[in-house]
Amino acid sequence: MADPAVHQLTGVGIGRGAAVGPVARMAPPLPEPTAEPSRRQAGEELAVATTALAGVAADLRARAARAGREARDVLEAQAMMAEDPALADAIQGGIASGRTAARAVYEAFSGYREALAAAGEYLAARVADLDDVRQRAVAACLGVPVPGVPDPGHPYVLVAHDLAPADTATLDLDRVRAIVTAEGGPTSHTAVLARTMGIPAVVACAGADRLDDGTTVLVDAARGVVVIEPTEVERAQVAAAKATAAAAVVGPGRTADGHAVALLANIGRPEEATAAVAAGAEGVGLFRTEFGFLDAHNAPDEASQVASYRKVFESFPGQRVVVRVLDAGADKPLAFLNQAAEPNPALGVRGLRSLRATPAVLHTQLAAIAAAAAQTAAQVWVMAPMVAEPEEAEWFVARAAEHGLDRAGVMVEVPSAALLANETLAACAFASIGTNDLAQYTLAADRQVGGLSALQDPWHPALLRLIRLVGTAGARTGKPVGVCGEAAADPLLACVLVGLGVSSLSMAAPALADVRAALAEHSLAECQRLAELAVATSSAAAARQAVLAS
Amino acid sequence: MSQRRVAVAAAEGLHARPAALFVKAAAGTGIAVTVGKADGPAVDARSILAVLSLDVRHGDEVVLSAEGPGADEALDRLAALLAGETVHSGQSGDGGG
Repeated sequence: MADPAVHQLTGVGIGRGAAVGPVARMAPPLPEPTAEPSRRQAGEELAVATTALAGVAADLRARAARAGREARDVLEAQAMMAEDPALADAIQGGIASGRTAARAVYEAFSGYREALAAAGEYLAARVADLDDVRQRAVAACLGVPVPGVPDPGHPYVLVAHDLAPADTATLDLDRVRAIVTAEGGPTSHTAVLARTMGIPAVVACAGADRLDDGTTVLVDAARGVVVIEPTEVERAQVAAAKATAAAAVVGPGRTADGHAVALLANIGRPEEATAAVAAGAEGVGLFRTEFGFLDAHNAPDEASQVASYRKVFESFPGQRVVVRVLDAGADKPLAFLNQAAEPNPALGVRGLRSLRATPAVLHTQLAAIAAAAAQTAAQVWVMAPMVAEPEEAEWFVARAAEHGLDRAGVMVEVPSAALLANETLAACAFASIGTNDLAQYTLAADRQVGGLSALQDPWHPALLRLIRLVGTAGARTGKPVGVCGEAAADPLLACVLVGLGVSSLSMAAPALADVRAALAEHSLAECQRLAELAVATSSAAAARQAVLAS
Repeated sequence: MSQRRVAVAAAEGLHARPAALFVKAAAGTGIAVTVGKADGPAVDARSILAVLSLDVRHGDEVVLSAEGPGADEALDRLAALLAGETVHSGQSGDGGG
C-alpha cells in the first residue's frame, strides 16, 4: 500500500494531457523458483510442466494471430521455444532428479539463456524473447497470473515498472487512459508510444512501483505528476483542461504574433497519411521509408516503391513531403544492406554511409521518389540520414539532382554536422534535426539503455546549443531548418526550438494539436527569451525548470 | 550417415526469422537431423533454442547430418534452404522481390 501521506508522485511528463482512472498494474517479473526438492511424484511434476508449456505455446500463437506483422514473427518464434524438443528433454531430466516443474523449466531455459547471452549484442533480442517465454512458462507451472499487460475489462491507467515493445504489441490502447512507469525516459519506448497515440504519460516516476491496483490516480503529463486519490477540485481541473483542448486553435502553425511555423507529421507507413491530414498536418516533415524494406530479403523494386510513395504524396497536394531515404543500420538492420556484424552499430556503416556502399539501392529509391512526385502535386523534398560531413551532403545533393529532385537536404543527427552548420547548409537545400540521435551522439548515451534516460533528455542544453548553431546558420543562409525528433512533440520545448531558429516542427500526428496550441500562446520574442533561458543552463532538468518557472 | 556442408546465406545468419524457418523445415522432414558449425558440437536441428545457441553468422559453414531412409533427400532440402536457393517450403520470405 502506498504511504497515505504521499499524495503525489513526480516524474517526467510526456505530452500535455491529463487523465483520471483506476490503476491496473502490469504484474512484475516472478522471482526465481525455489530449488527445494519437489514433494510430488515426478510424473505429476512432468504433467504440470508439459501442460504449462503447451498452454504457453498456444497462448503465444493466439497472440501472434492478433499481432501486427513485425510482432508476429517474434511471437511465432517464441511459441517454437515453448515447444522445443531439446528443452523438453532437459526439463524431464531436471524433474527426474527431484526438481519441481517450475524449477526444472527455469533451469532448462537458463542453459540456453547463457549460450545466447554469450553471443553478445547480436542475440540480445532473442535473450529478451527467451526470458519472456521462461517467465510465462514458470507462471503457468505455479498457477499464478502471467506477468504482463493487464486486461481489467474497463478503461484504466496502466502502471508498469517499464514497457518493452513486446508488452505493448497487443495492448488495447483504447482502454488505456494514461501510462505511468517507474523507469524510462523522454525517448523511451513508452514515451514514443504515448506521444504517437496521444496518451498522457509520466515516466521515470519514482514510487510508481508502489501504486496499488484499483487506486484512482490523476496523471498530469504537463506537470509530470501523478496525484493519488485526487480531490473533486483536481478532477474538475482536468475536465476543464480537456474542454479547452477540444476548442483548441486549428489551422497552420503560428506563434501568438503570427510568425509561421510549419507543423508537419512524421509517418512510417503510407496508411498513416490519412491520420496526419485529419490532425491538420501541413505536410510531412519525416516520411520514413524503411517500411518497404524491413520485411524484404531484397530491396523492393522501383514499381512497388512508386506505388507506396504515391499514396502519401496524393494526400498532400501543394504541400511539403520530406522523404528520408533508407536509414539502415544500428537499431534497424536490413537483410540486404548490413552484411557484416559491427562491434558498435550506432557508430558503424549506417544511414547514408550504408547507401554509399550500395549506391544501386539509393539510385532505385530516388528514381521511384522522382517518378511518384511527377505523378502528384506534392512538393517532394528528399533527405539523407546520418550525415557527418558537408561533403556527404554534396554527394547526396548530386545524386538527387540526377533524378531531377532539386530539394535535397540532410538530417542533422551527428554533432559534426551541427558544428559545421554553415558548411552543411551551404551544401544542400535544408536541414532537419533528428533530436533523438543527436542527443545519443552528443551525450554518448545509447537510446536503448533505459538507465541513461536522464542524458537522452531533449531539453539538454548541450543539445539545444547545437540546435541553435543550425538555427542561426539557417537564418543566415535563408534555408529552412526543421526538427523531426521527439523534441518537436513536447509543446513547451517546441516553443524553445522556434526560439532557437527552427522553422518547422514534425511529429507524430496526435501530438500536433498540443504543439499548435502552445505556439499560439507564445510570441516569437517570448520563444526566443525561453530559448535563452534554456540554453544558459547546464543540465536538462535545469533547462526545463528555467522555462517552466518563467 | 549422410552429411552436407553449406555456407549460410541469410544476412542475419541463423537468427530470428531464418532460424525459425530452418527449424520448421527440419521438423517437417520427420527425421532426426543434426546441425553444427564445422568445428563445433552438433545439435538437434528441430530445437530453435539449440540452433540459436550455435550463433551461426552470415557466411559461416555448417554441417548437416542424418541417417536412414530419406536422409539424403531431407539434407538436400535443408542445405538448399540454408544456401538461399529457392526451395518450396510454403513460406514467402522475399517480401518485395
